[in-house]
Amino acid sequence: MSSDHHDPLLAHHFDDMEQQFDTNKFGMWVFLLTEILFFSGLFVAYAVYRSNHSDVFEYASQYLNTNLGALNTIVLLLSSFTAAWAVRAAQLGQNGLVTKLLGVTVLCAFGFMAIKAEEYSHKYHEGLLWGGAEHSIFKVDTNTVDPAVAEHSEYWSEVKELPPEFRRQIGIFFGIYFCLTGLHGIHVIIGIIVILWLMRRNVRGDFSPQKYDAIDLGALYWHLVDLIWIYLFPLLYLIS
Amino acid sequence: MTTTDPSVNYLNHEKGLRSWLMTLDHKRLGLMYMWSTFVAMLLGGSFALALRLELFAPGQQIMSKDFYNHMFTLHGAVMIFLVIIPSIPAALGNFVLPIMLGAKDVAFPKLNRFSYHLYLTGAVFLIAAILTGGLDTGWTFYTPYSTSTDTSVIIAVMGAFILGFSSIFTGLNFIATIHKMRPPGMTWFRMPLLLWALYATSVIQILATPVLGIALLMLIVERVLGVGILDPALGGDPVLFQHLFWFYSHPAVYVMILPAMGVLSEMFAVYSRKQIFGYRYIAYSSISIAIVSFIVWGHHLYVSGQSTMVSVIFSAITFTVAIPSAIKVFNWIATMYKGSINLTTGMISALAVIWLFGIGGLTGLWMANLSTDMHLHDTYFVVSHFHFVMVGSALFSYLGAVHHWWPKMFGVMYDEGKGRLWTIMTFIGFNITFLPQFLLGTRGMPRRYFDYAPQFEFLNKVSTIGSMIVGLSIVMVFWNLLRSLKNGKKAPANPWGGVTLEWQCASPPSPHNFEDAPTVGDPYDMSQNRFVSDEEGYVPVTPSENDPYVYQVKVEEA
Repeated sequence: MSSDHHDPLLAHHFDDMEQQFDTNKFGMWVFLLTEILFFSGLFVAYAVYRSNHSDVFEYASQYLNTNLGALNTIVLLLSSFTAAWAVRAAQLGQNGLVTKLLGVTVLCAFGFMAIKAEEYSHKYHEGLLWGGAEHSIFKVDTNTVDPAVAEHSEYWSEVKELPPEFRRQIGIFFGIYFCLTGLHGIHVIIGIIVILWLMRRNVRGDFSPQKYDAIDLGALYWHLVDLIWIYLFPLLYLIS
Repeated sequence: MTTTDPSVNYLNHEKGLRSWLMTLDHKRLGLMYMWSTFVAMLLGGSFALALRLELFAPGQQIMSKDFYNHMFTLHGAVMIFLVIIPSIPAALGNFVLPIMLGAKDVAFPKLNRFSYHLYLTGAVFLIAAILTGGLDTGWTFYTPYSTSTDTSVIIAVMGAFILGFSSIFTGLNFIATIHKMRPPGMTWFRMPLLLWALYATSVIQILATPVLGIALLMLIVERVLGVGILDPALGGDPVLFQHLFWFYSHPAVYVMILPAMGVLSEMFAVYSRKQIFGYRYIAYSSISIAIVSFIVWGHHLYVSGQSTMVSVIFSAITFTVAIPSAIKVFNWIATMYKGSINLTTGMISALAVIWLFGIGGLTGLWMANLSTDMHLHDTYFVVSHFHFVMVGSALFSYLGAVHHWWPKMFGVMYDEGKGRLWTIMTFIGFNITFLPQFLLGTRGMPRRYFDYAPQFEFLNKVSTIGSMIVGLSIVMVFWNLLRSLKNGKKAPANPWGGVTLEWQCASPPSPHNFEDAPTVGDPYDMSQNRFVSDEEGYVPVTPSENDPYVYQVKVEEA
């Protein structure tokens, strides 16, 4: 335990840079574990309802736009690639490249959110919402559906012929869809903030091949956000 | 920073409220957690006394039915989220974990400060819920009632959500600290057993608490948007909430009891002046309790309509928790055997816990059993059982631990006589309060009601009288501790003869814990120090004294 070290990059309670880096990375992995468990509650809800009502889920899945979902998958995969590349560039001290790569990552993240917003607004417009929502067309009692929504929704003529219990369970499907993708979307927004903060610090010259912990950790977080979407896409869009 | 002036310590090297609230020092954060839990304990305790006063006789006494519902909900929520969960892990853990490990701080000091700030924020939310309409769902927030009552469910749930993240970040910090910050020589099996217990606790905190987070978030979304997942009217399933809730909240019981068991392992060894018996078994039992804690949650749902097969499996697994728990108790008893027992306040608390945990643990078996639980479910038997575990075991250990480490925290000795007296009084009052409740439960008195049938009156009166004794005694315990800050005798570095590393640094410790690197050895080898009357404490044995003959002579002289 050396009492005094003067390296400004090393926090006082660590012995050396390696210990500091290892500890930071270990902490991030533990945090990612908690994130997975955070999502797990909704995945459990998904599993329970899908196993109880697999026909409903397969039917309801057709209302989701598979093309936009696939496009978003590609966008996120690209962003993960640039994030990983940014870490490598930081290791090599190519700080100009780091800024560009993080910039591409953030652009992809915004692109993802734009596509998601397009999907959400379409769902809202067509009344493809959970049963408790005012604009939903999946109400048990068809008389309670907002006539304005029923009039312009292209799905209404089909939905109103479905058995009430079936319609009600489609509402649950959309409840789970919006909870899962909404919570994921919140994580994307947090990721955008983190990456913008990393870009600012990088431009300011905070990072060097000796210390780039924050970029590494930020990229790890971003990969998790990507990974969760990799599960969401087939579970929600590709089951019909 | 480079000072070696012995009068400079972590308490006085910086001054002012800001230097406390914005500190990164794990010791200061630990103390602030401790004071916060004390304040919350007085708040939650006064709710409890109000409840007992209402139950002093049948019919309405001092509060309305609705107010009673608010009171028992808030008593539970405050005591669990603001007192017991942060008590030993956050308050004591923050103070002792890095020092016991021989580290200068936890792995992430800023995250640690953030945890405390989250704790304060969560507390503000809970209090805001009390002030803006109260809460009458019970601390469990069961749906569908929690999605339909018009009390401040959302604010309270947000408070619990925030407190959950405070707990997660503390757990994360401790795990990273124990994995990555151990100095040379501090191997896993040289770690004091409290660290094993805190490690096991942290594993539960990081794995279970996020599930509570998502369950509470789903509840908020259900209330605000009517998303339907938990609402039977929309085709949802309220039992899903119970599963997710208990997937956290059963392991959370071990967040309360595991660190308490760790504290007991320390105190039994130190106050018996003996090597702990069965070190590895105690260490492994902490880990196995943590693992088993994740697969028993269904025993809270025996009557919720889950399948009989599932209930049978949960019942069987629940019984296995008894094995590691009993291993610990038997090892503590074996540690005391032929030890030289020092009956300090800490030791009296520890002995009390063997009695209280014995009763609390064994009555747990009655409820793990399906056929008896059908009758005991939602009666006062359950209330008494979990109070024996959560208050009798966890809070008594916390009070014992506060006494044990008080000299280290503040550098002063509390009044031992008064400490003993009021701890024993708390113990007596506790038994008078809760033993009758077992009888009330077996005779069929349901929990959560503000009124009861006349035949339950006598036992309820006894219970209420007991609770007043507890209330008074706890206040006196705190008073005794507080008084020592003003006129307590100066504490030596090692008043009890502990061998773990925190007793090697000064009382109170310097801002960076150790002036010289501590030597890491067997944490329970009591021959490493001896009592010196001049110091009124224990000092390390020098190498020549380590000769068995010389050591024996010195001990006899002392």
